[in-house]
Amino acid sequence: MADLEVTVVSADEQIWAGRAQMVVARTLVGEIGLLAGHTPVLGILAPGEVRIHTSDGGRVTAKADDGFISLQNDVVTIAARSAELVR
Amino acid sequence: MPAQVRAYRARIRSAQTTKKITRAMELISASRIAKAQQRVAASLPYARAVTRAVSAVATYTNVDHVLTREKENPRRAAIVVFTSDRGLAGAFNSNVLRKSEELAELLHSEGKEVVSYLVGRKAVGYYRFRRREYVREWVGGTDSPDVETAREIAEAVVAHFIQDTDEGGVDEIHIVFNRFVSMLTQTPEMLRLLPLEVVEGVEEPGERTALPLYEFEPDAADVLDALLPVYIESRIYSAMLESAASKHAATQRAMKAASDNADALIREYTRLANNARQQEITQQIAEIVGGADALAG
Repeated sequence: MADLEVTVVSADEQIWAGRAQMVVARTLVGEIGLLAGHTPVLGILAPGEVRIHTSDGGRVTAKADDGFISLQNDVVTIAARSAELVR
Repeated sequence: MPAQVRAYRARIRSAQTTKKITRAMELISASRIAKAQQRVAASLPYARAVTRAVSAVATYTNVDHVLTREKENPRRAAIVVFTSDRGLAGAFNSNVLRKSEELAELLHSEGKEVVSYLVGRKAVGYYRFRRREYVREWVGGTDSPDVETAREIAEAVVAHFIQDTDEGGVDEIHIVFNRFVSMLTQTPEMLRLLPLEVVEGVEEPGERTALPLYEFEPDAADVLDALLPVYIESRIYSAMLESAASKHAATQRAMKAASDNADALIREYTRLANNARQQEITQQIAEIVGGADALAG
């Protein structure tokens, strides 16, 4: 199955980049799960966490309040003024 | 004359101490440029993501937004000037201030009233000395700008922009800052921030990215509402970072020139001091020979 190329950036640095099978985020209207092949999306994130299921079976959780998520051609960008990874 | 030699020696010492200071400042700013450049580079992914997102909304929808709407006859414009807190950076601050004056003149000639927002102590000092009014100042953090300050500035200017012109609001917002071109070149630049021209910086749609039709969550207008202030903030933040990097580069260059000048002075005064010493010795010999001749005669 195709992968997503994911980057998580905050205003002053890139926080995480890698390949993922699925990205689950919470936008203002509800949760959204993104898989490869999804149509382009641009959503405003609601307070909460973004879960990234990486290609190697791991899981990365990022806190990205006050940001947005965009997907285009299987490239996902999660950008927030202050984003951080949650362990 | 021993007095003359002593005077030269004092000058040499003074040039040497000055050189120590300027050399230290040169080294300090050299190490800071690298850091400032790293911060510029680190902020790029975010700026790019924001720009791409904004242009996506603006390109694929026809949403009319208060921040992109051109006022019919703009009467008042605001300028945000980015200077540094400290001087000793060559023409860094005067360049950006001169540019802002040019812009103000241009705006005046278009019949607009100009109000100013100042970033950095040097701009504040410039305005205070001339007893000129300004709306708001931000000082103290120009060497290593933080996101919070950028956000404050963005919020302030956007609020001022949204205000009605009759109630003191502004119709246009410009920023003037030093762009870091290279270690040797920093050029003052001006940019109209609001109303936004989002076309700028649009990613060239390659073959792979041919016109994606975005789905917006919740909808295009809301997304634009949330994104535009973020975009402005990111523009202001990158202007601050560029300005900081430029400042360190300008300081480094100015201090290098100062150290070189000190070297030249030291060399010249050493020659003069040696000359004076030789002359003194020659004169003393002449006096002794003259005295011995007189006694012998």
